Amino acid sequence: MSTQATRDIKGGRLDPSDYAENFSDIHPPLSRHEALVEADRCYFCYDAPCMTACPTSIDVPLFIRQISADNPKGSAKTIFEQNILGGMCARVCPTETLCEQACVREAAEGKPVKIGQLQRYATDHLMREFKEHPFQRAASTGKRVAVVGAGPAGLSCAHRLAMHGHDVTVFEAREKAGGLSEYGIAAYKSVDDFAQKELQFILDIGGITIENNKKLGAEITVSGLAADYDAVFLGIGLGNVNALGLEGEEADGCVDAVDYIARLRQATDLSTMPIGRHVVVIGGGMTAIDVATQAKLLGAEEVTIAYRRGKDGMNASDYEQELAQTHGVTIRHWLQPKALVLADNGSIAGIELEYTSQANGTLAGTGETTTLVADQVFKAIGQQFDGHPLAGSGIDLDRGRIRTNDERKTSLANVWAGGDCVRSGEDLTVVSVEDGKVAAESIHATLTA
Amino acid sequence: MADISTNFLGIKSPNPFWLASAPPTDKAYNVERAFEAGWGGVVWKTLGEAGPPVVNVNGPRYGAIYGPDRRLLGLNNIELITDRDLEINLKEITEVKKRWPDRAMIVSLMVPCEEESWKSILLRVNETGADGIELNFGCPHGMSERGMGAAVGQVPEYIEMVSRWCKQYTDLPVIVKLTPNITDVRYPARAARKGGADAVSLINTINSIVAVDLDNLAPVPTIDGKGSHGGYCGPAVKPIALNMVAEIARDVETHGLPISGIGGINTWRDAAEFIALGCGTVQVCTAAMTYGFKIVQEMTEGLSDWMDEKGYQSLEDFQGKAVPNVSDWQYLNLNYVTKARIDQDSCIKCGRCHIACEDTSHQAITNMVDGARMFEVIDEECVGCNLCVSVCPVEDCITMETISGVDPRTGKTIDPDYANWTTHPNNPMAVKVAAE
Repeated sequence: MSTQATRDIKGGRLDPSDYAENFSDIHPPLSRHEALVEADRCYFCYDAPCMTACPTSIDVPLFIRQISADNPKGSAKTIFEQNILGGMCARVCPTETLCEQACVREAAEGKPVKIGQLQRYATDHLMREFKEHPFQRAASTGKRVAVVGAGPAGLSCAHRLAMHGHDVTVFEAREKAGGLSEYGIAAYKSVDDFAQKELQFILDIGGITIENNKKLGAEITVSGLAADYDAVFLGIGLGNVNALGLEGEEADGCVDAVDYIARLRQATDLSTMPIGRHVVVIGGGMTAIDVATQAKLLGAEEVTIAYRRGKDGMNASDYEQELAQTHGVTIRHWLQPKALVLADNGSIAGIELEYTSQANGTLAGTGETTTLVADQVFKAIGQQFDGHPLAGSGIDLDRGRIRTNDERKTSLANVWAGGDCVRSGEDLTVVSVEDGKVAAESIHATLTA
Repeated sequence: MADISTNFLGIKSPNPFWLASAPPTDKAYNVERAFEAGWGGVVWKTLGEAGPPVVNVNGPRYGAIYGPDRRLLGLNNIELITDRDLEINLKEITEVKKRWPDRAMIVSLMVPCEEESWKSILLRVNETGADGIELNFGCPHGMSERGMGAAVGQVPEYIEMVSRWCKQYTDLPVIVKLTPNITDVRYPARAARKGGADAVSLINTINSIVAVDLDNLAPVPTIDGKGSHGGYCGPAVKPIALNMVAEIARDVETHGLPISGIGGINTWRDAAEFIALGCGTVQVCTAAMTYGFKIVQEMTEGLSDWMDEKGYQSLEDFQGKAVPNVSDWQYLNLNYVTKARIDQDSCIKCGRCHIACEDTSHQAITNMVDGARMFEVIDEECVGCNLCVSVCPVEDCITMETISGVDPRTGKTIDPDYANWTTHPNNPMAVKVAAE
């Protein structure tokens, strides 16, 4: 199937000043007064549901009370004790499905305490005002730990290990450390190079060395690290992107959303990001929302998210869906990709979608179709763990990801793992931080036993 | 519509809301704005004797306590009596009264504790056309160091003496303004009545240091590194004022003595409470200093609306009606047994009732029931103290229910008849019941 169409993909759709405006902080930080007023709304619940809902178990009532008592530094320490990436989590956590959903004021009046924004207020304060690291390293143990992957899981693990006095080397495949904090996440959620600032803050504790451009399975191997170090932590994330499985997927204009977001995050000039006039995003998770919203912010005229199930089936929270919609993105449900429409020159011209319905838990196409004009089709239908670097290592997988126990130990002695590459909780920054922290405590206990 | 006009000692005003003697009533400009806004009367800021007026500090005079969102809860001041010339004040009082004949014009006075001083100023005030005088025996800062204000108010004999002089040198009604900075407010009130005073007004401000500046390590407000105690007022002092008003209202020796209530009156409801405890008028200062004079609209309309709702046609219909219900502890009914009840539908599961009871009281509220987060009262432990109600953030979620039959806590049957401590078997001083 082919069609005549004038492709329209280009950068610079906006006035230069609009890029800064469009990609500015989505939630400007609370002022001191705003923070005090908001903090005062917290009831300081007993055995607080928000704290239970937080994957890293941050003592939310305590940190908020410390804000109301005008001790933002102490508040930040309360946060960082449980979650050293508390600054990033304050920006990217889907609080509406975690602490803020559990907040009793959500039950009472549908207006939870703005826990995420208060967390940001406190952590920003400490990171801005204080030069010394809030935690001190324990005396050196002489033990050496290799951490693979400088994303949230790896950095969390590295920091906790360094705090306990171990020497940590973090191997990172990319040019920069930070993982999805640096290469994922919508730009307007992490402005002013925050991922790198947070990285520096974490490294300030000392005892952590980062080695960039070291990829597992290439420059380093599990067996090599296991031989050279006292313990190994794998926080290698998800390496593969799911394919649509349609003919023409390699065509110009069919774009991997994760890769596009990474390029957008690294772009020093956003007007260089090519964006179509008509954009279709396939998927229903955070990546779909992030790429669709940012496509709109880059100046795309029409952006449609097509998702094969209903609203409730979307992994993106209601809040995130609304965020996309208020930016002008159209979300269409019960539509699955059927065929890519290619122009005569072989590039993407549109996408044919088939309506779906669900019966007895099974999703099926109805046979009816519709075709959307598209200069670009973004694939955001999930990622998969790439197990190739572990081949022959003796590390067991569980449904395609690394199997770990509660302490994040893998099946291989002295190797731990955490973050998106393991089969634990949701694929969230905060869950990765918890994995890294739990693994670090387990490694520490093992090394000092 | 209810009639909220007042006749206090023969002084008529269209409503019971007077502005207390303070900065808002310092000069004609402010007072006229107040009357335009609808205030029923004013007590003109305290006049001192003729001659060079007092001087105020030129640094900060106020310090504040805040609630959420910087809502002012308590205010502290170190301002003195008027620092304007006596002649100007007297002239303005005369003119304003002439222009606003239907409003109450009371003149507050504070001069040295000598008969001549009082005599000479009273003769001047008599000429202004003012409706009454108020003796400032309450100012706790500055003036008290000079033997005036609270220094007089703390000595009942002085109060009686000065009241007597005043009654001698003026035909105007004499209101004695009392200081709360004493141990038992009934003594100065009794002294005022003994001296012939027509009424008392209370409370004046409370000695206070509102805060310590932790950078300068000095009291707030800080004047060149030092701070002095000031007078505390605003919503925070209302409970103290209500109690003192009640003590005077129900004291045998002062019962029936007209009272102008002062202290933290911020809304119509506060005013209604003071009136229910016997006050004939109320005086407001901090609320006006926080929000401006317009608040009187809310106060007059709120009071009137509430009276309509209750079927009260005039203030007299409910004035003092709460006084007989103010009792000594020893006469409270010990056979009145209540238990807390938590409405599970409105409970938001914050757990504050549980932890307050568990940590600091009677371990009478659960936090888990059948493995789920749930807060329920354990009747066997609940003493009915009301702490859970006080800390619950949801209005009416926890209520106190009166029970009869067997009290699960004591295992004893509750006597349906009234009985108090005076006859309780545990009281070594108990009066033997005649029937025994």
